[in-house]
Amino acid sequence: MVALALGALLAVACVVFVARPLLRSGRADASAGLDGDEEGRLQLLEERDRALAALKELEFDHRTGKISDEDYRGLVGPLRRQAGEALRALEHEEEPQREREEIDASR
Amino acid sequence: MPELGRAALVAALGLILYAAVVGSYAAWRGRRRLLDSATNALYAAFAAVGVASLVLLAALAGRDFSFDYVARSTSRELPLSYTLAAFWSGQEGSLLLWLLVLTGSASAAIALNRRLVREVLPWTVPIVAGVALFFAFLLVVIASPFATQPAPADGAGMTPSLQNPYMIMHPPMLYLGYVGLTIPFAFAMAALASRRVDERWIVVTRRWTLAAWTFLGVGILLGAKWAYEEVGWGGWYAWDPVENAALMPWLVATAFLHSVMVQEKKNMLRVWNVILVAGAFSLSLFGTFLTRSGVISSIHSFTQSSIGPFFLGFIAVVAAFAIALILSRLPLLRSPTRLESLVSREAAFLYNNLFLVALALTILWGVVYPLVSEAVRGVAVSVGAPYYDFFAVVFGLPLVLLMGIGPVVAWRRASLRSLASQLAWPAGVALVAGALLLLGGAGSSVAGLVGYTFAAFVLATIVLEFVRGTRARKSIGSGGWWQAFSGLVARNRRRYGGYIVHAAIVVLLIGAVGIGGFSTSREVRLAAGESVTVGDYRLTYAGSEERRGANAREVRAHLAVSRNGEPLGTMQAGKNSYFAEEQTSNEVGIRTDWLRGEDLFVIAKSFYPDGSVDLETIVNPLVNFIWLSGLIFVIGSAVTMWPDAREQRRLAARFAGEGAVARA
Repeated sequence: MVALALGALLAVACVVFVARPLLRSGRADASAGLDGDEEGRLQLLEERDRALAALKELEFDHRTGKISDEDYRGLVGPLRRQAGEALRALEHEEEPQREREEIDASR
Repeated sequence: MPELGRAALVAALGLILYAAVVGSYAAWRGRRRLLDSATNALYAAFAAVGVASLVLLAALAGRDFSFDYVARSTSRELPLSYTLAAFWSGQEGSLLLWLLVLTGSASAAIALNRRLVREVLPWTVPIVAGVALFFAFLLVVIASPFATQPAPADGAGMTPSLQNPYMIMHPPMLYLGYVGLTIPFAFAMAALASRRVDERWIVVTRRWTLAAWTFLGVGILLGAKWAYEEVGWGGWYAWDPVENAALMPWLVATAFLHSVMVQEKKNMLRVWNVILVAGAFSLSLFGTFLTRSGVISSIHSFTQSSIGPFFLGFIAVVAAFAIALILSRLPLLRSPTRLESLVSREAAFLYNNLFLVALALTILWGVVYPLVSEAVRGVAVSVGAPYYDFFAVVFGLPLVLLMGIGPVVAWRRASLRSLASQLAWPAGVALVAGALLLLGGAGSSVAGLVGYTFAAFVLATIVLEFVRGTRARKSIGSGGWWQAFSGLVARNRRRYGGYIVHAAIVVLLIGAVGIGGFSTSREVRLAAGESVTVGDYRLTYAGSEERRGANAREVRAHLAVSRNGEPLGTMQAGKNSYFAEEQTSNEVGIRTDWLRGEDLFVIAKSFYPDGSVDLETIVNPLVNFIWLSGLIFVIGSAVTMWPDAREQRRLAARFAGEGAVARA
């Protein structure tokens, strides 16, 4: 009898818990997801982080002697360019957003 | 209370089915509320499985033999610790543990990354639920732990070899590892299904994968320690199919942990990484199948059952699903970058991956071949240790060398000249160590000599990496040596934690080579008062005694031990005859010398009516390095997994507004 009561209690609790999100009122039941712009921005952020981390790693490897001066000179230029491009692209991406924010602020 | 257990499992099955079906629809149609509801169903399933687990635990603790499972796995005289451990010693209980750990870890991973799962990777919930559904189905329909019967007076007891303290921890550790690999699999497949193949799934699952890999590694070592003490043949790893079953996913997960760094740093190997994740998970299922189906003959396989075909079918479904999904997303997974040089860190990781996967596949073939042979030709064959030993050396030695070379190679490309200058010191140390070992008489085992020389090379590289890194940090003004050292590790936890894990593997190698290449043994029949000499030890048989233990009759040979004439005390070895189980086990005697790292290992093979005894005595040099390596391995893994506040902030900034990725 106790087992039956506990089983019933468990079943009711599960049903209530599972149904709770469906009983919420308010906004429509659609996944916001990410739009194309957000995906693009995220990709640029990944590229920026990857380039900056690579530069940091290169500096450290050079300092510990893993990379000769000659190799360092050959590698640091392209990496800096890559990081610069990622930063510029990000800035370009964020420009319209900033402008919108400035316009909103001036109102 | 078996009704409550059954009801809880049926409820769990229903909830998981709901999470799978409704979760799939919600992910497909982008329905957020439905997905939340499916996620809640997964959480509720964890609670329901928890209730079922408590019912089984209570039945075990109360020795309620009306539960068929309890009667088959325990007895009245079985000590309580083993009685509770019977939860996972039998098939039904271990499947319940699988489901409990799976629903628990999946709920935790999803709850910690709720917004990301809801908005970016909604397929995670139905994929986890799909895996859980299989285990819930088995537990409800095929192998319920809540089957009842008229209670017998006593239970059948537990297989004697399972009555060992290491066996209490070994299976849960393995299951945490096996099940833990579901999390990276589910997120990786969800990323593919959602077409979000960027770094997010890797960032989220990094620590889950590391934790699963650590549990699996510790589980394998605990199993080895159990085999060493309980099986009583003097070795620690016998390439048994069930041992191999845990090793294979560990090797593939090791490959993944290395290659994923190449994806993070260079955005390469994206297809390879999802293949490795799917492979590691499939192999973890295969490992559970081998242990639980009874399809193979193994000292570790305790079950003959009917779940084999279900498991094989499920593995086939998982593999087909993963392959189809990967193939359908190939255009998205193509890497925009290429390998710049064959002498680079990423190339070293690639070589390491090839050797690790080749070793895993070779072992897989060794495990599967007897099954294939029997199925196709009707001939039962077995693949023995020489096959595995050969490939372990062929693929293992280059892997050890790569552990020494990889860390000193720079990313992108390195000149051979700078590589040579980096390796000069470690190579010098290795050569000196090899020469000293040769002079010390280690040439009796060529494999042993080569193994130790390689070990010296890798250890020298690791020490040098710490020294050079600390010096570099000190040179940029990081205070004293200690501050520079701690700052070095704190800022690069994954790298230096990884080096500690490498050191653990080398220490394991030292122990394995010690026992494999330099152990000595003698078999002898002794009457009371007679002695045997093995290595530096002399054992004098003082006689035997019989006594009644908690649940067995114990017979022990008493031996006085001395080394080079100096008395070291006494030790015992013997046999236990278990009452309920009606089985006998070897209870070996082990005397550990912590300073030398060696064991004196004694097996009492037979006792004769005239009081004499057959003894096998073995000296296992450096064997304790194997167990020490487990401790170092855990420390290294903990350093690697320790949260890095700087990295958390960087990721939080990157994923701002997209969920709690930074908590991963």
